[in-house]
Amino acid sequence: MKKLILFLISSVVITTSTAVLSKANNKDLYFSEGLFYAYQEDYFDAISRLDAELGQYYGLDEPELNTLHQYINHAEFSIGDFELYYRMHKRAGRAIKSVIEADVEDTVRNEAVYRLAKIFHQKQQPENALETINKIRGKVGDKIFYDLELLKAQIYISNKRFTDAIGILEDIESISKVEGFSGYNLAIAYIGNDNIEKGILQLDKVGQIVSNDKTVLAIKDKANLVLGYKLMENKRPQEAVKYFQRIRLDGPFSNKALLGLGWANIAAENYQRALVPWTILSKRKVTDPAVQEVLSGLPFTYGKLQAHGQAAVLYGHALESYSRELESLDASIKSIREGKFLKAIVREEYKKDKNWLINLRNLPEAPETHYLMSLLASNDFQESLKNYFDLVQLGKKIASWDGYLDAYSEIIETRKQYYTPLFPSIQDKFRSLDSRMKLRQAQQEKVSNRLNHMLIAPRPDYLATAGERIFLENISVLEKKLKKQNQFNAEVESRIARLRGFINWNIEIDYQQRFIEAHENFKQLEDGFIQLDQVYRSFVRTRQAATQSYIGYDDTIQQLKIRISQADEKIKLLLARQGYMLERMAVLNLQEQRKRIEELQIKSRFALAESYDRAVKAQQNEDIEKLKKLTPDSKQQSGPESGKTENSQSENTETAKPEPESAASETVGDSQ
Amino acid sequence: MINLRVILAFLSLLFIFQSPAWSETVSREQIKGLDEQVQDIKKDVLAISSELKLLEEKLLFPSNTQVSLFISVVKNSQYTPDAVQIKIDDKAVAHHIYSFKEVGALQRGGVQRIYTGNLRAGEHKIDIDVKGRKTNSELETSRSSFSIKKDVGAKLVEISLGSGDSLIELKER
Repeated sequence: MKKLILFLISSVVITTSTAVLSKANNKDLYFSEGLFYAYQEDYFDAISRLDAELGQYYGLDEPELNTLHQYINHAEFSIGDFELYYRMHKRAGRAIKSVIEADVEDTVRNEAVYRLAKIFHQKQQPENALETINKIRGKVGDKIFYDLELLKAQIYISNKRFTDAIGILEDIESISKVEGFSGYNLAIAYIGNDNIEKGILQLDKVGQIVSNDKTVLAIKDKANLVLGYKLMENKRPQEAVKYFQRIRLDGPFSNKALLGLGWANIAAENYQRALVPWTILSKRKVTDPAVQEVLSGLPFTYGKLQAHGQAAVLYGHALESYSRELESLDASIKSIREGKFLKAIVREEYKKDKNWLINLRNLPEAPETHYLMSLLASNDFQESLKNYFDLVQLGKKIASWDGYLDAYSEIIETRKQYYTPLFPSIQDKFRSLDSRMKLRQAQQEKVSNRLNHMLIAPRPDYLATAGERIFLENISVLEKKLKKQNQFNAEVESRIARLRGFINWNIEIDYQQRFIEAHENFKQLEDGFIQLDQVYRSFVRTRQAATQSYIGYDDTIQQLKIRISQADEKIKLLLARQGYMLERMAVLNLQEQRKRIEELQIKSRFALAESYDRAVKAQQNEDIEKLKKLTPDSKQQSGPESGKTENSQSENTETAKPEPESAASETVGDSQ
Repeated sequence: MINLRVILAFLSLLFIFQSPAWSETVSREQIKGLDEQVQDIKKDVLAISSELKLLEEKLLFPSNTQVSLFISVVKNSQYTPDAVQIKIDDKAVAHHIYSFKEVGALQRGGVQRIYTGNLRAGEHKIDIDVKGRKTNSELETSRSSFSIKKDVGAKLVEISLGSGDSLIELKER
């Protein structure tokens, strides 16, 4: 609205331009219209419009005259491409396959091969992907050249052909378009090829890439995380530290990195250093499992630093957080089971751009959406969610179409009522005019033939004027009359011949001029006939259009209504099934989280008790030490014995109290 | 010993992060099966949509009277349309305010069908008002008048924006 007001009132420079009309280029407007929607990521409209256009194109008698003809392969390919974007892999696969088998340019075919191979790769069908990618031949377009090389290498990795993958990836590693991804995959290929050290070096290299690209930075973080994890696995925690430290604090892997960094320091017995990343992590959103883990990991570290009081306080905080989380999880599970989860996420405003999935983070805080981010981490959940959204969208379209068909039926009925009484009288008038027109057309044709014939055999008599014809006729009548009265003598005959000769002389003398005039007149007549023919054809078309405006739609509309109704039922059914699956995924995920938190809670309770014991003992030791200082005699009586008892108690306590999930193992290991 | 325990715990943690909890109870086959059914219904609905479009065109805009106006932006012109208003024979038939996504789609070569209607055969006047920006310039309104001839067949008119001084070019089909 604001824009409209601005449009109307803003002061602007107005240029009234001279109209420029140009000859149309050969762009196919309907194909470009499909692209208009595709570029806005409205693939439903793009496919639907292009499908309609292709249907019309294939129904033409002479499709080669249509502007779409020169783009037909591109259009066929595009529709497959859009279907792929609309996550219709089954259909897109078929459409693109048809392009592969068609006689098209290498670049177009190879792009189709690339797309199809990518689908198989995404669907985790490595053999099919390999078979497809092997169909690449001839020139590859610049647009996909490096993407294709990267995909080829990924497919080789999936098929365990690591050497082939390494060969490709080493060549494209330095190409900026595939920066990060090529290097990361190269490391995976080295590791797959049992060249662990080279793989680690490669991951290290990827982990140091300098870039502003978010996706490259994400792959850089991932390389460092994998490398850190790999070193931890190989019992090299001190080396792992620097890789975890390289990971951005605001990236998608930051929580895992902070957790890993803490564990690496603990494994290296640098407890003080573990506190820094874990303190940061403990202040983050507690719905993340890494944060939940660190809530008990942090007091465990304080315990290791003999700060038992602080550890006890933090265990207390952890238990409070776990209790809150368990309540929150229960509320979320209840809310999801009541169907509120699906209602909350199916909101139009969150799907307005391509980052709609990310926008879901902005959903208002509610039990049903509290754990949404952890659910969205799964590809299966994301895909199911997208399907659910698509089904909701389809349902809305179907609902609106039913209304369209009712409106069309009404239009048809109105037209029928208007035209039906008019047609009989129009038809009568048309028949009368039609017969008159046909008569005139026959006359025109006769005159045309005569004039054409006169070009070969001149006939001046045909060009006599009406007056001359009457005059000649009168002479003939007079001649007959005189003959009948026996008054026809030589003198009369001579006079009649002279009269005839006078008229014929004029006709013969003016013949050429008259012939030219006759042609000119005939041409004017022809122009008149052309106009008449146009009116006639226009009338026929209008009559036909009027007839077609209400006849022959009933079956189509009826069939469409049935199909719409069937589709509607199917959508409702699928929506319910997809919704149920999503809810089930969500609930199972939350139940799993609940189980984990309960385990952490139990371990934390034991650890809390242990920390209190240790804190109390430490306090007692301190008090005893103070007393010893005040009363030096008592040292000899109780000192050694009490110290022994404390130590043994402390050891027993440590053995009896389990630590948090990960830390507990360590504690048990220590005591053993 | 401590290291091994810690590492094992860490590995189990990573495993927990990567394994969806539902993987045992909601199988991949179930997910795949439902996904294929969703694809099938998309195909059905798309087919209905295409047929409806053809029916609509045939019923509401028969070819002898049909006229369609399309808006395009000259490629690489960097012209950014803001709004368009169109009149045919002094009667307002279409107006549109462009969203960011629509502008992007036009600049990439997409074409927007802004109006489809019916016109009698003969000469007709089209008035176009476009508000838009050239690169980094002020909003500017351009106005142009054109005359088009409607024959017996469907008439397609492309209004190309961003070219030359006038910024409006008409291409008749």
